[in-house]
Amino acid sequence: MKETVKKPVLAVGPFHPLQEEMEFYQLTLDGEKVVDIDVRISYNHRGMEGISETLQFDQVPFLVSRVCGICSASHPLAYINAVEEIAGITAPERAQYIRVIINELERIHSHMLWVGLAGHFIGYDTVFMWAWKYREPVLDLLEEITGNRNNYGNVKVGGCREDIPNELIPKMLKDLDKLDKKTWMLTKAVLDDPIIHARLKGVGILTKQAAIDYAVTGPTARGSGIAIDVRRDDPYAAYADLDWNVISQPEGDVFAKAVVRLLEVLEAVKIIKQALKKLPDGPIAIEVKEIPPGEGCGRAEAPRGETFHYVRSDGGNRPVRHKIRAPSYVNVPSFKASCLGGHIADVTITLAAVDPCYSCTERLAVVDGHNNIIHNYESLHQLSCEKTARIKKEIGAPEWKLEDI
Amino acid sequence: MNQEELNNKLLEIKDKLIDIEQKANKRIFLPCEAENTYAVNKFLFEDVPLRFVIATGIDSDDYFEILYHYSNDETGCVVTVKAFIRDREKPAIESIAPFLPGAEWIEREIHDLLGIDFKNHPNLRRLILSDDWPEGVYPLRKETKK
Repeated sequence: MKETVKKPVLAVGPFHPLQEEMEFYQLTLDGEKVVDIDVRISYNHRGMEGISETLQFDQVPFLVSRVCGICSASHPLAYINAVEEIAGITAPERAQYIRVIINELERIHSHMLWVGLAGHFIGYDTVFMWAWKYREPVLDLLEEITGNRNNYGNVKVGGCREDIPNELIPKMLKDLDKLDKKTWMLTKAVLDDPIIHARLKGVGILTKQAAIDYAVTGPTARGSGIAIDVRRDDPYAAYADLDWNVISQPEGDVFAKAVVRLLEVLEAVKIIKQALKKLPDGPIAIEVKEIPPGEGCGRAEAPRGETFHYVRSDGGNRPVRHKIRAPSYVNVPSFKASCLGGHIADVTITLAAVDPCYSCTERLAVVDGHNNIIHNYESLHQLSCEKTARIKKEIGAPEWKLEDI
Repeated sequence: MNQEELNNKLLEIKDKLIDIEQKANKRIFLPCEAENTYAVNKFLFEDVPLRFVIATGIDSDDYFEILYHYSNDETGCVVTVKAFIRDREKPAIESIAPFLPGAEWIEREIHDLLGIDFKNHPNLRRLILSDDWPEGVYPLRKETKK
């Protein structure tokens, strides 16, 4: 008699356990090993490419800044790069520097958010507390210069809407110095920690070839040894005038991606300081009358990778086609390469390692072949924390609790 | 690869293209017919090689366009293959996902939104539309938008 053995399927989603957003993974398991993965997305499709065709050129930035709350500076900037390319105009220099400053502040707060969440999910809440504590003043800075913690609405075709007052620069430099020190401390603490090494090194490896095949971008690509960065490769705003480094790591594991993000925060601080010191005087916008017919490709390096916008104009006051590609769209499918063969307790951190970006709440359950729930969110989080505790014991790390300090 | 080497490389597939258009500094468009796109894409991805960025599907005048965007990261040049699908009744084009897994999702998306059949696609299930969306209604087609 031929017996068919049903392998258990781990249903992660439709809400992501770590990022708390909508996507649905079905992992087929063999024991505790992941042997297959299937992804279902678009629980929250908002039809923005369609809506964009109904808006005027200067209304679209407000729409695309809502593609994602975290990347609400890079999407409008990529769109504006495309439109300015069609119109053949260049924004004034001061506006270019303001664009850089806002985009780099965004990168810092986004990377800090990820580091905190990653720490939380491997059961290391100290990292979570630290990272989120140092992220807060960055959001305050953004609020001070744009009026909002997110959805800044500051760029427009031909320049910027709001200026950064020169009187604010000394205060910003002081805040950045503080942030620089704290980030160094956090980076060193994270990179020296034996438990983080044990949990993240060699986990969820994305090889260089897989990274090329899946066309991944941003820290996901740079963590696999592909040193691409639109800010350097196809410079926009004022990046070409500033001195900074593209960070890349060859290993391809979760640890490499963490290193890339942490060091990028330090580079971002460096960029903002330079931009503030060099901030040229002058107008922040030029008048743009109409957008001629044509097509343009705009790019910007968002915290998660290259954001790509294609805009086509027929000479009217609205785009006839506007294609938006967020970096997660190419980073997410690479799970197929990085999760297979991995351990179930490592899957959630591997899934989170590319910093995927969707929308809210959480639900998660492991279902066996007969639809019985074996694990839910709490028990999987528990599994992950237990693994960390086990490693701690094995390597003889000191046992201490938050209350002890 | 610098800009000159890229330009020379593109001349190798000139017979498969309608034209080579330089629209802006560092933006090259390669219009071609649907039947040649598989070969052109394979050449750009494997032989040049360029990084795949994304594809855009457009319902144009009386034909469909699929734009395959590639990036040469050494110069920041974006190369776009512009494929024309002239059969409006049964629009179809060869899938590039068999050699380029990064294109799997976007082909599924274009299939959902414009109803273009990607031949030999490994897994042409719905990506964007919900399971109960009616068959044969494509949100980005002109007749639907009206």
